[in-house]
Amino acid sequence: MAITLKVNGTAHTLDIEPEMPLLWALRDELGLTGTKFGCGVAACGACTVYVDGVATRTCVTPVEAVDGAEIVTIEGLAATSGAAEGMLAPVQQAWIDAQVPQCGYCQSGMLMAVSALLAENPQPTDEDIDAAITNVCRCGTYPRVRAAIRSVTAA
Amino acid sequence: MAMEFKKPSRRQFLIGGSVGVAVGGGLLLGYAVSGPSRRELAEGAAAEGGERFVTTWLKISPDNVVTVYVPHSDMGQGTITALAMMAAEEMEADWSLVRAEQAPAEKAFANEALGNRFLAGEDVPPMLKGLNAAAWTKVAQFMNMQITGGSMAVRYTGHHGMRVTGAAAKDMLVKAAATRWGVSPSDCVAALSIVTGPNGQSATYGELAADAAEYAPSAAPVLKSKKDYTIVGTARPRFDIPGKVNGTAKYGIDAEVPGMLYAAPKLAPVFGSTVVSYDASEILSRRGVKQVVEFPGGVAVIADNYWRAKEAAAALDVTFDTKGGETVSSESIFAGHDAAIATGESEEDKVIGDAASAFAAQGADIVEASYRVPYLAHACMEPMNCTVWIRDGKADVWVGVQDALGTRARVADISGIDFDNVKVHPMLLGGGFGRRIPIREGFFNFPSEIDFATIVAKEVGAPVKFIYTREDDIQHDAYRIASSSRLRVALDGKGLPTAWENIYVHKDEPGEAPHIPYAIPNQSIRFVEVENHVPRGPWRSVAHTQHTFFNESFIDELAHRAGADPYEYRRALLEGQPRHQAVLDLAAQKAGWGKPLAEGRFHGIAVQQSFGSIVAEVAEISVTDGAVRVHRVTAAVDCGEVIHPDTAAQQVESGIIYGLTAALYGEIAIEGGAVAQTNFTDYEMLHLSETPVIDVHFIESGAPIGGLGEPATPVVSAAVGNGVYAATGKRIRQLPLKNHDLTPTPGKLAQAAD
Repeated sequence: MAITLKVNGTAHTLDIEPEMPLLWALRDELGLTGTKFGCGVAACGACTVYVDGVATRTCVTPVEAVDGAEIVTIEGLAATSGAAEGMLAPVQQAWIDAQVPQCGYCQSGMLMAVSALLAENPQPTDEDIDAAITNVCRCGTYPRVRAAIRSVTAA
Repeated sequence: MAMEFKKPSRRQFLIGGSVGVAVGGGLLLGYAVSGPSRRELAEGAAAEGGERFVTTWLKISPDNVVTVYVPHSDMGQGTITALAMMAAEEMEADWSLVRAEQAPAEKAFANEALGNRFLAGEDVPPMLKGLNAAAWTKVAQFMNMQITGGSMAVRYTGHHGMRVTGAAAKDMLVKAAATRWGVSPSDCVAALSIVTGPNGQSATYGELAADAAEYAPSAAPVLKSKKDYTIVGTARPRFDIPGKVNGTAKYGIDAEVPGMLYAAPKLAPVFGSTVVSYDASEILSRRGVKQVVEFPGGVAVIADNYWRAKEAAAALDVTFDTKGGETVSSESIFAGHDAAIATGESEEDKVIGDAASAFAAQGADIVEASYRVPYLAHACMEPMNCTVWIRDGKADVWVGVQDALGTRARVADISGIDFDNVKVHPMLLGGGFGRRIPIREGFFNFPSEIDFATIVAKEVGAPVKFIYTREDDIQHDAYRIASSSRLRVALDGKGLPTAWENIYVHKDEPGEAPHIPYAIPNQSIRFVEVENHVPRGPWRSVAHTQHTFFNESFIDELAHRAGADPYEYRRALLEGQPRHQAVLDLAAQKAGWGKPLAEGRFHGIAVQQSFGSIVAEVAEISVTDGAVRVHRVTAAVDCGEVIHPDTAAQQVESGIIYGLTAALYGEIAIEGGAVAQTNFTDYEMLHLSETPVIDVHFIESGAPIGGLGEPATPVVSAAVGNGVYAATGKRIRQLPLKNHDLTPTPGKLAQAAD
């Protein structure tokens, strides 16, 4: 079945099963490996991307559900944020400034989830952050994640 | 260990090659036991036009860039940056011109400093001690190690390797400049990657590199004083972070090889099972499915997309012979622990004085308690994976591991391909925590995804990326052992122990983990071994995780029983242990120990030395509706010296969160011979919303550098459990906390004020 995935501004027409999770279409069909496989059951958030601006866990999202939607992955986050060519999104820069990642594997999903939260709610309360950022990080970067979010919202 | 190895002298250790080999005119500074061959090997492996290695670990290119090759993997603990800082500091390099990367999986970059520390008899991590004599012969012969674990990169490779090699490189560069200018080396100064002469001459390291490589590294270069440090002790941005925020960082699971296929296994749920039969006819007709390959304990489905492989593997009906393993359960395992402890037939671990007489003394107040912890999975965020391509008698391997050279040897063994024809391409690790140590005889000896991927790749005429699902990862780990401990003390009239007895299950590494720092005159620490079919392996802080919980909770029991403050009680028993007392004091002071807390908040405290560092933690907790909430953890850490203050603090935060997750939720249960948990849904993780404020304080005591990747982990479970006692009067003797009903019963809270 032909599915059109519009990813980071480029449309790709793929002949794939409609039930294939978006995660595997991105990784194995389009080679966009910045989006990570963590659990396969939407429990950890490592695979989070934007679908029409909404943070979405792609490991349980069949491609047929996002046919034609605007998908943004970590590879396209900077461009979507309006950053100049070669520059990072403010949230990504905040992540570097606060030296957030450790192993880094969960951070693509973490950044997508945080970016989506801040797009919708630029001044979140701590409770808003707690409720929205349910991504799992085994290295325990959570204190830095919160600090980096605060460095952006305080601006 | 049956065999003895000659201890190399410091001189032997530092004698480099006589002459560096010109590979296009760069420089490699030789830090080599084995003469010039090592530098040649390194240059062959990693130098390109114009670049030279000054040691096997330092490369200088003509444009004056220094590249530090670090023989460890960076799992986010900041090793690569920290070790580069240590080399650059001694080398007087301009930090803006320093790069660092993981060394290739070549013998030239094996970790000699580590092997030499082992041979010198120093406290080394369990993955080394577990090697049997035969394996050690090989290690001694080739120094075939790039192990990352045991919190040892900074304290061994950094301190004994990078610092010395950096200083030796500087000396060689200065000599080269002095010779060029016809002046004395003592009249030349090296700073910021430039050597300056007495008459205003100057040359960059890049300009001097080729000449410098002609000199042997000095046998005993003089190291800088701490007061002169400009790089060490500062928080330099980590090299690995930019790629981790823009999606370009490549982990093992991201390996891309043209023509690559994907493999998903169907693994036998019950450990030790064998494959009896399976019918692949249905799945072989599915779109994209190429073939199935059997391996010991499972069947892999090969497809052109991982999802297709995974779905087909899930649908594949395999009959396994469980070999009787299905009768094993957590219940039967713990019953086995209790029975073994009860027999009284145990082996000696550590004995001081005469505990038996102290227990038998008239009027002795004897207190006994039994503690227990379950198995734990590592649950690295990146599910286990390994990409292997076998063709023409050669193997290429793409994987993120805690020992790239060990992996290379393992793949050679499994595939039957000569070591020299196996190439490992080290990838980033999405978490390690001890899980990504390749197989070691006698310590971590269980069939893993690296073996399976290799077996599968031999049968497939293409590169194959073999990936575990999260369920595979949770159910086929090498687990932190389930352990039990029966603790007993005899108390004097003041409630202080005159004798301490511990009989625990499984002697694990590090060997000193069950020992206590407290001044108790009579001690009998013994263990029993109970075998079962559950694979075990090193888990962050290894044996310290269970023993710190056992010992530091029991000491807390004794303090309360004596009517003493748990902090003061420990302090009194730590007479003669000034470093322990200092971290205890600092943690207590910073946490406001003994001062009034907000209503419903309580403190628990614990202290432990592990991997050369001493950590005290105070947990501030509350119990609401029967559930524990940890609000703040205050940690005081004496790691001797801090190299990178920011990553040091991060490692303590990380260790606390890892340990706290286990304390609150961690439980792998065995049912019907298999792991009952499946995914993050039932093997629960701490989330951001539950993360306490973590307040970290360092003491730089000047003691030998201690590790930081692990020491913060074991302390937190006892600190939290002790806080729960303060809050509820309920003593936590088994983890995880989620299994305890902490709903207050009338009178209990009043008791908590004791």
